[in-house]
Amino acid sequence: MSVMRPVTTSRSRLDPEPMPRRDFLGIAAAGSAALTLLFSLFGIGRLPRAAVLPSPSKKFRVTLPQSLAPGTVFMPPGRAIAIVRDADGVFAISTVCTHLGCLVKQASDGFHCPCHGSQFKADGSVVRGPAPKSLPWLQIASVGDNTFVIDAGRVVPPGTKVQVA
Amino acid sequence: MSTLTQEPERIVAEQRPALRRFRDNLGDIPRNFRAAVMRSGWPRSDRGRSTFVFSSLFLHFHSVRVHRWTLRWRTTLGLGVISAAAFVVAFVSGVLLMFYYKPYPEAAYLSMKDIHFVVPTGRFIRNIHRWSANVMVVAVFLHMARVFYTAAYRKPREFNWIIGMLLLAVTLGLSFTGYLLPWDQLAYWAITIGANIAQSPRELTDALHLTQYFDPGGLQKLLLLGSEDVGEEALIRFYLLHVMILPVALLSLLGVHIWRVRKDGGIARPVDADRRLKPLPHDTYPIFTEAPQKTYHLAALVRGRTPAVGNGPENTLPAMPHVFFAEAAVFMLTICICLVLALWRDAPLKELANPSIPENPAKAPWYFLGLQELVSFSAFMGGIGIPSIVLLGLGLIPFLERESRGTGEWFGGPGGISLVLRSIAFGLGAVLAIEAFAIRFGWIRQWWPAAPQLLITLLNPGTVIAAAYAFFSLSLVRRYDSTRAGAVGLFTCFLCGYIVLTVIGTHFRGPNWDFFWSPDQWPGH
Repeated sequence: MSVMRPVTTSRSRLDPEPMPRRDFLGIAAAGSAALTLLFSLFGIGRLPRAAVLPSPSKKFRVTLPQSLAPGTVFMPPGRAIAIVRDADGVFAISTVCTHLGCLVKQASDGFHCPCHGSQFKADGSVVRGPAPKSLPWLQIASVGDNTFVIDAGRVVPPGTKVQVA
Repeated sequence: MSTLTQEPERIVAEQRPALRRFRDNLGDIPRNFRAAVMRSGWPRSDRGRSTFVFSSLFLHFHSVRVHRWTLRWRTTLGLGVISAAAFVVAFVSGVLLMFYYKPYPEAAYLSMKDIHFVVPTGRFIRNIHRWSANVMVVAVFLHMARVFYTAAYRKPREFNWIIGMLLLAVTLGLSFTGYLLPWDQLAYWAITIGANIAQSPRELTDALHLTQYFDPGGLQKLLLLGSEDVGEEALIRFYLLHVMILPVALLSLLGVHIWRVRKDGGIARPVDADRRLKPLPHDTYPIFTEAPQKTYHLAALVRGRTPAVGNGPENTLPAMPHVFFAEAAVFMLTICICLVLALWRDAPLKELANPSIPENPAKAPWYFLGLQELVSFSAFMGGIGIPSIVLLGLGLIPFLERESRGTGEWFGGPGGISLVLRSIAFGLGAVLAIEAFAIRFGWIRQWWPAAPQLLITLLNPGTVIAAAYAFFSLSLVRRYDSTRAGAVGLFTCFLCGYIVLTVIGTHFRGPNWDFFWSPDQWPGH
């Protein structure tokens, strides 16, 4: 049997605590669980997005055939680009349809997309169909001897042509 | 005290030689094993069967007794069971295919060839897999229509309606991810289109010049493909989704879905269902033939909507065997349908995927061709905008429509069947008129090539059809002074639009997505 001693704090023992101990522990537990979940979700969410994408290099060399007449289009096999030579020079445009990623085909008046019927002029601008944008022009540089280096990852403003000697 | 009375018997048993007891126990193994598995003994009476259902993990998805209304075939047409059965068939045949399938480009295609030409029964199993997936998609749509037209989504079943929406989405996701796995031309280009649809929010962010700051479309495509193009990363991701993530999601949701059917009071039925049912045949005992052994202590927790509380068991029948027979019959029917279809037509397998030659036309699976038709007007609106609006609208139906007339009845509520017919007429008329106009006269870009993309995104045949349906539905709400009438109009129009667009996309679209009256007229290519 212990004798009740007077409590020395200013607060009465019968008054409710400012924050009950159980509430504090509960909030701390829930908070740390939420924090753990947040961090692990962040890690999990980070995983599916690789730091380096497993895509082939977008920079490549193309040698134009000698017989290519001015005003005609050359589409190197296996690449999603078209190289056009006209009186002012040479330029490259992407042949990936800006609608849903099909490869456009050359037609008499430019390019036609087989998937949903988008049509583009020879300079890549869209004239009909659902494509929201024109075909982008790509960076091209001449390395002489009718050979060009194209960077399909770099878009340049339409009208950017490279002069050939 | 009772233990004392049993004591002498036990002592007698113990007095036998241990070796003899061992021999007796050996002989008793089958009986004792069965008793250990079936705790309430072999179910012979109604009560025994009820206890059997009640104490089994899998069987107690069913309530022990179901209302007779549930068992009328025209109440549900068995569509939910068909969906689940088709999933089981697809699951089993899919696991069998995994014995040979290799998820790596080229190797995948070669393993498909092996399955077709080398593996015994391989082609047949693949056909069954393909067809059961198709049956499942059709059954899920019809099941949703059944629930809608019997107004079974109403309180207290709103949540289960939403679970059903999620199940629809997962079902379509399973079909879509399975489409890439053969790694043939069909697969490659359909998934290229699908992945670019995932990227299509760019159409909107580009038009608003926001893409460099905020690019959800690009992120979606990157997460789906793991790369910028459809390649080995994309294949392994689709494989993972197809054989693990989505099946697990579907099974979990299905568990909740079926459990909620039971917890929400079984299949929805009209208030006066008891009165409408004919009397039972003479040889059926609708109530327990023996007095129940125990009452539900759960009664304190169970709300009034469970089948037994407050209604008395007069019009209910034991789930075993009545529901089980019905389910087994529907299950067998589903297997029959899948087998017949699998014998009738092979699953397609085209040439090896070739990233430099697009299929022309490149078509998605048939149930996405309605979307592909919309996508041919605007990638974002057709592929993401309108489907999201439709899913959201369907999900909100039970919260916007809270009437009670006609629950559990086919075409119940104001308007009845004539309202449905009127909605079909409008639904078909609107979509056919707008499609015919767009096919005959083209759309904004043909008339005005410099039109801003935002205008086309917001105003294209897809959005015009959606707006027409929305206005029609609102006019029905006013005319019938009923939100149910509006919901019926909207849902019916949605079904009509989906069917018409799918038929156009499947049958009337050829190379370059041009319109042809018949595939015979396609130019050779």
